[in-house]
Amino acid sequence: MSGLSDAAVSRLRAAAAWPELGTDRYEILEEIGRGGMGAVYRAVDAELDREVAIKVPHDAHSPGLDRRLRTEARVLAKLEHPGIVPIHDVGRLSDGRLFYVMKHVRGRTLRDHLGELTSLNERLRVFERICEPVAFAHAHGCIHRDLKPENVMVGSFGEVMVMDWGVARVSGADQNTTATDAPPPRDGTQPGTVVGTVGFMPPEQARGSSASIDERADVYSLGAILYLLLTGEVPVPGSDPAAAIRRRSDLPRPLRSIGARALAASPDDRYRSVAALADDVSRFRAGQAVDAHVETLVERTVRFTRTYRAAILLVLAYIVMRGLVAVLAG
Amino acid sequence: MGTDDVPTRGGFPATRHSVIERIRDTNPDTRRAAFGDLVEGYWKPVYKHLRVTWRLDAEEARDLTQGFFTDAFQKAWLERFEPGKAKFRTFVRVCADRFVMNARQSRSRLKRGGGARTISVDFDGADREIFDHHAAPSGPDEYFHQEFVRALFERTLQAVRHEYESSGRSVHYALFDRYDVAPGEDVSYAQLAAEFDLSATQVTNYLAQVRRTFRARALEALAGLCGSDAEFQREARDLFGVEVR
Repeated sequence: MSGLSDAAVSRLRAAAAWPELGTDRYEILEEIGRGGMGAVYRAVDAELDREVAIKVPHDAHSPGLDRRLRTEARVLAKLEHPGIVPIHDVGRLSDGRLFYVMKHVRGRTLRDHLGELTSLNERLRVFERICEPVAFAHAHGCIHRDLKPENVMVGSFGEVMVMDWGVARVSGADQNTTATDAPPPRDGTQPGTVVGTVGFMPPEQARGSSASIDERADVYSLGAILYLLLTGEVPVPGSDPAAAIRRRSDLPRPLRSIGARALAASPDDRYRSVAALADDVSRFRAGQAVDAHVETLVERTVRFTRTYRAAILLVLAYIVMRGLVAVLAG
Repeated sequence: MGTDDVPTRGGFPATRHSVIERIRDTNPDTRRAAFGDLVEGYWKPVYKHLRVTWRLDAEEARDLTQGFFTDAFQKAWLERFEPGKAKFRTFVRVCADRFVMNARQSRSRLKRGGGARTISVDFDGADREIFDHHAAPSGPDEYFHQEFVRALFERTLQAVRHEYESSGRSVHYALFDRYDVAPGEDVSYAQLAAEFDLSATQVTNYLAQVRRTFRARALEALAGLCGSDAEFQREARDLFGVEVR
């Protein structure tokens, strides 16, 4: 073999780009992810002898990125939930960049996992699991603002983790105290800045009106994820996804109504909370009437019959048997 | 970039002047040296490009590679590069393509020499590499870039190795070679520490130091082969994901 192999070139490229953590506690093994904000490395924590993931921003000279990473670290520290990756440590690289260490999540992104969710029930169950940590975060004043299939990890046992809280907005009492000491807003974005991902971000977020963003922005993004889970397609940017899902005659009407309500252009027409959205999906899975859809008498009868099929058959069998007994005895 | 302990050495441009600035210099020695750097950085990607993309036989590709650089020096046409229009790397490849087309039409061969710095090039080694790295290139530009990076890293590795060995730090480089350049199965810091009779902390620190040197040297070499500072910043970001100011 002569010269450097392709593999050697890749390794050198990666190794030269590896951050210098300024500590020998963590041994970086490989880069496992790269986005607009930073890169994530798989590493070994030599002290505790376990694998961890380390997130490092790309740019040493960007106060905006530094702020976003700090926001994310604080959000993760605040939200202790099985569906949110726990943070272990925070530090600074030798060039001043902030980095944080978190649990190494083994699994695949929802986008990559989609093909394995073959039944409607499986897809809805995963969707409910995505809603759980988001609803938990909302209850603690955190809005994710960038929910998309790439930010959801699905483990081998179906466990779900919501990742990448870098553009999350944290509300609460301390938000009102920033005026005197910290000009940048708590979410690290300036007014008019668009955060989020096309196809998954609600219209109000796309317009950059960050002041009007509330929990219902995440409801919309979850609606777009539900759309993907139900149709295999991403909502077309600039289209009316609520109308598009209503037209999907291959889906049960109540599900179409749930999707349409979550994806409503106006936040006022959406579910008021992620918990309400998740509850409606749970009701559908349980064969109950959903809030988003007003049933006709026929639909109610069909649903009732489907839901209580076994009981109805038992009653019918009982009536037939009683009839037979009466005939034989008479 | 944390390069405080990484002094600049010979073999790479000491300043971050673009290759265009240097080959346009009025001082003939500066121009000759700059052209030498350019040939060192580009001869191999150009030669491989002619062999693989143009499917030329070894003799013709060698002849045309030497002719290309000689002609470029004598007629100064690389100096016509305009940074706003393309990357310098792309410009070099396109110039090489035109040169081959013209040479094929005229069937002429160019005169050698003409005052350029003489660089010894290992065409046989480049041919072996073409044979060994037979992954199909996705397109001429991608292939040229891939070979440009490979040549850049090879030169950088040679410089780093020489730097560490000549300063009595062979172990540092050996660790780098074992862990990053040509790692065995499941090699770990602990394994290397035991093998080299070092502590895991020393292995971590030595490796970090050589990586830092490698990156600094590679960036220095890259700076010398780009057409402008803006292009260098873009290339550095693409190559290592680092922001260079």
